[in-house]
Amino acid sequence: MDSPTVALHESSHGEHPSYQRHHFVSMAQQKESASFGMWLFLLTEIMFFGGMFTAYLVYRNWYYPAFVAGSHTLSIVLGTTNTGVLITSSFTMAMGVWCAETRRRGGLILSLILTLVLGLAFLGIKSVEYHEKWVQHHVPGLRFDAMTFVHPKAEPGQAAEPPLPLDMAQHTEVYFSLYFAMTGMHALHMIIGMGLLVYMLIQAIRGAYDNGNIAFIENFGLYWHFVDIVWIFLFPLLYLISRHQ
Amino acid sequence: MSSIVSLPDQSTARIPKRNYLTNENGILSWLLTGDHKRIAILYLISITFFFFIGGALAGLIRLELLTPQSDLMAADTYNKVFSMHGIVMIFLFLVPSVPATLGNFLIPIMVGAKDLAFPKINLLSWYLYMIGGCLTLWAMITGGVDTGWTFTTPLSTHYVNTNVVTTGLAIFIAGFASIFTGLNFIVTIHRMRAPGMTWFKLPLFVWSNYAASILMVLGTPVLAIALVLVVLERTIGIGVFDPTKGGDPLLFQHLFWFYSHPAVYIMILPGMGVISEVISTFSRKRVFGYSAVAFSSVAIAVFGFFVWEHHMFIMGVSNYSTLVFSLLTMLVAVPSAIKIFNWAFTLYKGSITFETPMLYAFGFMGLFTIGGLTGVFLGSSGTDIHLTETYFIVAHFHFVMVGGMLMAFLAGIHFWWPKLTGRMYPEKISQLAAVVTFIGFNFTFFPQFLLGMLGMPRRYAAYPPEFQVLNVFSTAGATILGVGYLLPILYLIWSLKYGKVAGNNPWQATGLEWQIQSPPLTENFIEIPVVTQDAYDYEWLERQKEREVTQVG
Amino acid sequence: MSAHEEHSSEEQHIVSPKIYVLIATALLLCTALTVAASYLELGPWNAVVALAIAVFKASLVVLFFMHIKYSSKLMKLTVGAGLFTFLTLVGMSMSDYISRAWGSF
Repeated sequence: MDSPTVALHESSHGEHPSYQRHHFVSMAQQKESASFGMWLFLLTEIMFFGGMFTAYLVYRNWYYPAFVAGSHTLSIVLGTTNTGVLITSSFTMAMGVWCAETRRRGGLILSLILTLVLGLAFLGIKSVEYHEKWVQHHVPGLRFDAMTFVHPKAEPGQAAEPPLPLDMAQHTEVYFSLYFAMTGMHALHMIIGMGLLVYMLIQAIRGAYDNGNIAFIENFGLYWHFVDIVWIFLFPLLYLISRHQ
Repeated sequence: MSSIVSLPDQSTARIPKRNYLTNENGILSWLLTGDHKRIAILYLISITFFFFIGGALAGLIRLELLTPQSDLMAADTYNKVFSMHGIVMIFLFLVPSVPATLGNFLIPIMVGAKDLAFPKINLLSWYLYMIGGCLTLWAMITGGVDTGWTFTTPLSTHYVNTNVVTTGLAIFIAGFASIFTGLNFIVTIHRMRAPGMTWFKLPLFVWSNYAASILMVLGTPVLAIALVLVVLERTIGIGVFDPTKGGDPLLFQHLFWFYSHPAVYIMILPGMGVISEVISTFSRKRVFGYSAVAFSSVAIAVFGFFVWEHHMFIMGVSNYSTLVFSLLTMLVAVPSAIKIFNWAFTLYKGSITFETPMLYAFGFMGLFTIGGLTGVFLGSSGTDIHLTETYFIVAHFHFVMVGGMLMAFLAGIHFWWPKLTGRMYPEKISQLAAVVTFIGFNFTFFPQFLLGMLGMPRRYAAYPPEFQVLNVFSTAGATILGVGYLLPILYLIWSLKYGKVAGNNPWQATGLEWQIQSPPLTENFIEIPVVTQDAYDYEWLERQKEREVTQVG
Repeated sequence: MSAHEEHSSEEQHIVSPKIYVLIATALLLCTALTVAASYLELGPWNAVVALAIAVFKASLVVLFFMHIKYSSKLMKLTVGAGLFTFLTLVGMSMSDYISRAWGSF
């Protein structure tokens, strides 16, 4: 890897910064390559989640009543809060990228910390929701009971959900399978992202980004916004199915 | 057979003291390398290893099928053997075969760059491949897997109790190796071309690898999620594909074939790139209809995403979508035919010579045409219903994958061996190997077309006695084929030490990779070339040579 | 180095924080809107409205937070290619599921 770098025949704009890799002709080329590569990686992520969205579309059309009933067991308050939290974290990350671009180290550190905190808040709320599902026997495979949909109990102060026939009630397991697969995969991406956030925070505090070598932050920003976009679709698809019924 | 091997610069050629092989020493300089050429060699060694494992399994299959009874091994062992043969050959050999070895080595050089855009990700890709490969071997040793390479649900989720989870994870990981290779290629081809190297000056090898890379990047993740859902279904019992919970097992096949049909183009497209280079070089002509061949690669990549359901015509999908997918399948035949016709026109009035790569390329053209045309039989939903799940389909995809892709791979390995190692392979014995491979191949797989037409189903250890004659033919042919594949590994290893020194450009080919020393320097080019000539411009090469002679003389 | 900086500032458009604030506010408002819309009785249009709002929000994120509005044609094409392949997967799979109920010829 540390093969002798060849002196470039001619360099169009003076000296090269130390962080330019030897096989790139110019810094612009290195930057473009990095963000293009990141976008291609995000395409693979689109297709990765795409498989689950296809499954969702098929089963939602087949088992619509089960999807409505399953969706109504989710807390709209927690879901909306989480959406707000994630959008805000996307905003703080965008600000982090801006601070890095304009070489504001303090602002960058603050933005990264805020993003990290908001990410943790998201996962905290998510785990409260998961725990609730576990208590209610709504975890497919491990701990599942469709009877709550056949004989729904009225929450205090609310009308009971309409009961489902037994076969449709059992299909709520498909809804919850997709719910856990999609939100779980999303949460996994969040956890990976937070690991990277911690790494960037340490680097930022050490001043590693002060010299303008911020490709990592910019590309991480793209990743974090992508995770946000996935949630932007998951939220209405999972939480907001016919709330009026 | 005439030859252009003995050219002036060959007799005086020396292996250059400083090259990518001698630049650094020690095992760590290989395991931690960022050099695309060294990673290509690492990949070459690994895929050869897995090829021989897959080949040994194929040998066991053919031995079992020598007799009508299931006597060499029990039926369930046979299931494991053919499953592992498919998994190893497809995911660990065919998918990375040309892109990860020759593509890795040549694409940066062909576009005039010093390395791929992301050398570390390239190395990571090899490590992921090795982890995936070792996990697959581990699954095989600890009991195997018997779902076939397709992991079809609900068989894989409910009815078998073999190492589906381990193998699924292994393929998931190996899939990322392929994604990273493709990603690296796309960025490199878009962003790292040398000054003057426009898209239509790129060699067709680059175009076809570019098309395959698009498929790797966009297709593989769908396979990944399908396998993740199978693993989750087996381990914790979620119900996405489980019919008892309301899931649809066919949905798995939709997702699986959304990748796995384009995957056959991931396998064949880079091979087509090799053939374009070889045919042009050994007929001393520019590839006929360059832009048609270039765009046909991209067209195959795009159409490849529209046809996957033809693997599912008898599985219970709707008749109406069968009709649509059957028609769309015919579309893919068009760009493939464009390629074959253009290669044929390239040969027309060319100065053809018959070196080993050219023999393999001729083998490719013939066998791929048969494989492709029988694919049209299978894409037509009417004949598909009769022929699918028989040996006809086995013969069809072996004609494309082995007769097509493996021939192309061997053509490429022989063609670029002087560039990879700096030494020539022995010409006569390798010509013999090419001919033996061709004969053995036809003996092995042509009888299988007949068996399929007669109705012998695939995936069974035993068969009715009336099929035995053709099966004996097939097994006998497999023995010849085995010899055909063993010969190259022997004489290629021999040539590493005893082969003639190749010189920079033994074939007098026009690509940028032939204008630098062999083996190349670690940094490929001393200075980044400025490209003014078109691809396959043999007159430009002549002028270059004259200029060099006058300068030196 | 100064020459290099000039070069890169030409290449790269730095989006001002004002726009980020504006977009974040729009996203939060849209979230409120989509929750409110789900309580209205719109029949099949509930799903359409929810998806339309989600697509709008995602476009805002892609265009501004992810800088695609200011990026090269290649990047725009890349995003388009991802969208196209995703729609191929969904659309062509659904072609089977929708027409299964139509029975045989």
